[in-house]
Amino acid sequence: MIKYEVIETTTGSCIKRTDEDNTIWFIPADPANSDYQAYLATLAANSAPTA
Amino acid sequence: MSRAQLTSTVEQNTGGAVAPAPAGKNRIINGAMEISQRGTSFTPTTDSTYTLDRWIARLTAASKYSVQQVSNSSTFVGFQNYLAVTSLAATTVNSTDFYTINQYIEWQGWSDAAWGTSSAKPVTLSFWVQSSLTGTFGGSIWSYGSDANYPFTYSIPVANTPTKISITIPGATAGTWNITNGGSVVVNFGLGVGSSFTGPAGAWVYGSYTRGANGAVNVVSTNGATWYITGVQLELGSSSTPFARAAGTFQGELALCQRYYQEFEPTARGIFSTTSQSNRDGYGLPVTMRAAPSATLNGTLTWYDGTTVGTMTSISAYYSNTTYVEFDAVPATGTPVAFRPCLILLANTGKIRLSSEL
Repeated sequence: MIKYEVIETTTGSCIKRTDEDNTIWFIPADPANSDYQAYLATLAANSAPTA
Repeated sequence: MSRAQLTSTVEQNTGGAVAPAPAGKNRIINGAMEISQRGTSFTPTTDSTYTLDRWIARLTAASKYSVQQVSNSSTFVGFQNYLAVTSLAATTVNSTDFYTINQYIEWQGWSDAAWGTSSAKPVTLSFWVQSSLTGTFGGSIWSYGSDANYPFTYSIPVANTPTKISITIPGATAGTWNITNGGSVVVNFGLGVGSSFTGPAGAWVYGSYTRGANGAVNVVSTNGATWYITGVQLELGSSSTPFARAAGTFQGELALCQRYYQEFEPTARGIFSTTSQSNRDGYGLPVTMRAAPSATLNGTLTWYDGTTVGTMTSISAYYSNTTYVEFDAVPATGTPVAFRPCLILLANTGKIRLSSEL
């Protein structure tokens, strides 16, 4: 399961993603970055109310 | 043009005049399968796994097929490399399953096609393909906005024999093709697509998307089946012209690929902080990327501060834009001098991998 963590940096924040194979990716908060788009989509899905 | 012209012919390479190969004609990047920065052999276990540069494996179940970059100039004469798919099982393709090889084309490389308007131009997709199977194979062109699709078929009449395919597709007059700074066209080759994601070949359908054509051969359903492809070209116009790299040259093609993915063994200059002994390194990128890239460190970096040599194995913070990246890393071995500038040495096994894929 992919895991996300917000990392605070000296100039803001970035997203740390840990993949199922334990590869760690750092994702900038760039709306054009597809990894960031996927992170936002995961956030939205997790915050959506369930029936 | 009311419907597509689909032709499938077995061609022979013959002598004669060499046509010009203008840069920019071919909208497929790495169509000759020459560049594979991530490695040469892949067994995708998760959906949307990139393989050879710009070519992404889509799937609904893990490890059903492998992808390799094969270098063998005798298979497809005129091409040194090809993308080779091998089925790893006799996989049942259920209605909602899909196994495909795709390329996502950025809007900025497609805007002159005027798709989504009444002035939409026709395009021609051509490629060389070979399979251990014969029959009618399928694929589709669809919009990155997932609201327009054009399934196509092509015939491989003889097993294990290179076949040249040329498919002319009318321009799409509707659909969402302009995703700002993002995708536009998806070129999709089916290896096994369930009925929920297929449609009749040869006509645009708006309001949905498909990943293949009805009745196409499922490569993944035969254990050990192979499917090879190279010389992929997507060009404006209603006829196929001789293959040309998107950038015209190998070096240019590499640069096009690096707009979306690049990796390098850093030889950067950095500095250690005193409080955490973390190291801040910065790199100017050789090619401007499509978006601020994601980053990962693969392997071990070696640092040297003039006194001590040590290693770093993980990143702790990261900063980037489309032309520059910085990261912080804490030494895994060695104790640096505080505030001491350092070098990341060439003699390391680590690579920084940057991705701004669509």
